[in-house]
Amino acid sequence: MSVLVIAEHSNLTLNPVTGSVIRAAGLIDSEVHVLVAGTGCQAVAAAAAQYQGVTKVLLADNPVYEHQLPETLTGLLLAISDNYAAILAAASTGGKNLLPRVAALLDVAQISDIVDVHSANTFVRPIYAGNALAMVESSDAIKVITVRTSAFDEVEKGEASALIEPLDKVITQDKSQFVSENLSTSERPELAGAAIVVSGGRGLGSAENFHLLEKLADKLGAAVGASRAAVDAGYVGNDLQVGQTGKIVAPDLYIAVGISGAIQHLAGMKDSKVIVAINNDADAPIFQVADYGLVADLFQVLPELEALL
Amino acid sequence: MKILVPIKRVVDANIKVRVAADNTGVDLNNVKMSMNPFCEIAVEEAVRLKEQGIATEVIAVTVGEDKAQEQLRTAMALGADRSIWIEQSGAVEPLAIAKLLQAVVEKEAPDLVILGKQSIDGDNNQVGQMLAALCDMPQGTFAFKLLIEDGRAIVSREVDGGEQVVSLALPAIVTTDLRLNEPRYAKLPDIMKAKKKPVEHMTPEALGVTVKSSLKTLSVSEPQGRSAGVMVGSAGELVEKLRHEAKVLS
Repeated sequence: MSVLVIAEHSNLTLNPVTGSVIRAAGLIDSEVHVLVAGTGCQAVAAAAAQYQGVTKVLLADNPVYEHQLPETLTGLLLAISDNYAAILAAASTGGKNLLPRVAALLDVAQISDIVDVHSANTFVRPIYAGNALAMVESSDAIKVITVRTSAFDEVEKGEASALIEPLDKVITQDKSQFVSENLSTSERPELAGAAIVVSGGRGLGSAENFHLLEKLADKLGAAVGASRAAVDAGYVGNDLQVGQTGKIVAPDLYIAVGISGAIQHLAGMKDSKVIVAINNDADAPIFQVADYGLVADLFQVLPELEALL
Repeated sequence: MKILVPIKRVVDANIKVRVAADNTGVDLNNVKMSMNPFCEIAVEEAVRLKEQGIATEVIAVTVGEDKAQEQLRTAMALGADRSIWIEQSGAVEPLAIAKLLQAVVEKEAPDLVILGKQSIDGDNNQVGQMLAALCDMPQGTFAFKLLIEDGRAIVSREVDGGEQVVSLALPAIVTTDLRLNEPRYAKLPDIMKAKKKPVEHMTPEALGVTVKSSLKTLSVSEPQGRSAGVMVGSAGELVEKLRHEAKVLS
């Protein structure tokens, strides 16, 4: 029986985290379908069809799906769920918002944030801010799963293109209405998929000082992140928060500047390949997970680094 | 309007848990327990709505063992009017919790249910959404701002890459994110007063819910630790190491 991946997209472009979910789905079953629900999203469906291992793309292209509200999408998923052994989405704010709704109405458990597929019914997921890994076995007929995309490499795109099949089902509801959105228009790479992340903490001291960090990030082509302390202090928006309850990242290089390293922050970045910590407190816990530590005044080091790169 | 606030007793956020030696779970013996931080934010938001005259009653509810009543007392010290304790020991899966809460929603008919977006033990992030689905209610998850206007909840939500605003018909479910508010500390007189507030004892049987489990935890293990790295003396040395040793910079 095939498995279904819910594409993460903006109606115009397909988010590459979808390729990571397809990787996880392919470990459950070789027949992977992708659902693209949105409006005017044919280009997204075409992009999804190029991923290796995808055998079919279901395209639900209708204005009712424009904002991908969970109240609407749940009905669409329930209409097709019988065909699938598993339904997967990224553990993004979109996937987290939608899939528990689907699971509840299918009367099955959801397995959140998996980092490994052990078999078609056994998965590994972090608990307690990543301080423990639980291996869980599901006895449900349909597995509903969100995937920690930093733990799975995006699948390659191939020559062959999967069949795109239109889904005509239209779900309407009026209990929830989209009002507006305000998405950052930064030129920098997205946190979730960036190869390099430069993150700042309370040590930066102010929103203005965060610009020092941004200059370094731009020099490196890096995404900018922040600790919860920096978000709470109002230096940057919450969408940059890296940690247990924010974004989970695993870039090739993570540079933590002025971050002490609370458990909740480490949960969001400790799977990075190389970690650099810059802090003026030699006892900061961040140094215990860092590959390279530099005890120094960040206001002196940041311009130096920028000049050296 | 009536607000229901489901809360959970969890390991205190400042504690780093250890995996039990037999790999069946984490060691929770003699570990400090508290109200889940996101639940505190939920209680605070409900109490503020009451203080603004928008809400008339705030009811806290929890599913858990005997000791979970401590967290209900905390919620009442923070301003909840009364609470409901659904007695159930052991780990209860999110879907079962959602079904128990659904039964309470049917009984109490709240206009709004506010709960934390996730508990910091299981990190599942499911109960609010599941409850919304079971009750056929709209949901505003990861809320950082909540307004009640013309019988609707206007919820500003944290989403990847920014913010989104949705308008929900009441009754609705809202799950809290960090920026929604800063919870107050309970004052001593309020803690004393909370001892006299009513806690209604319920059981899954009385609510007509069978607590099922479809996930079996086969093992719990320690994640691979990182070995301690090296300290460098200057920005120059750092760049040199990143280029030639770690080879992560060109």
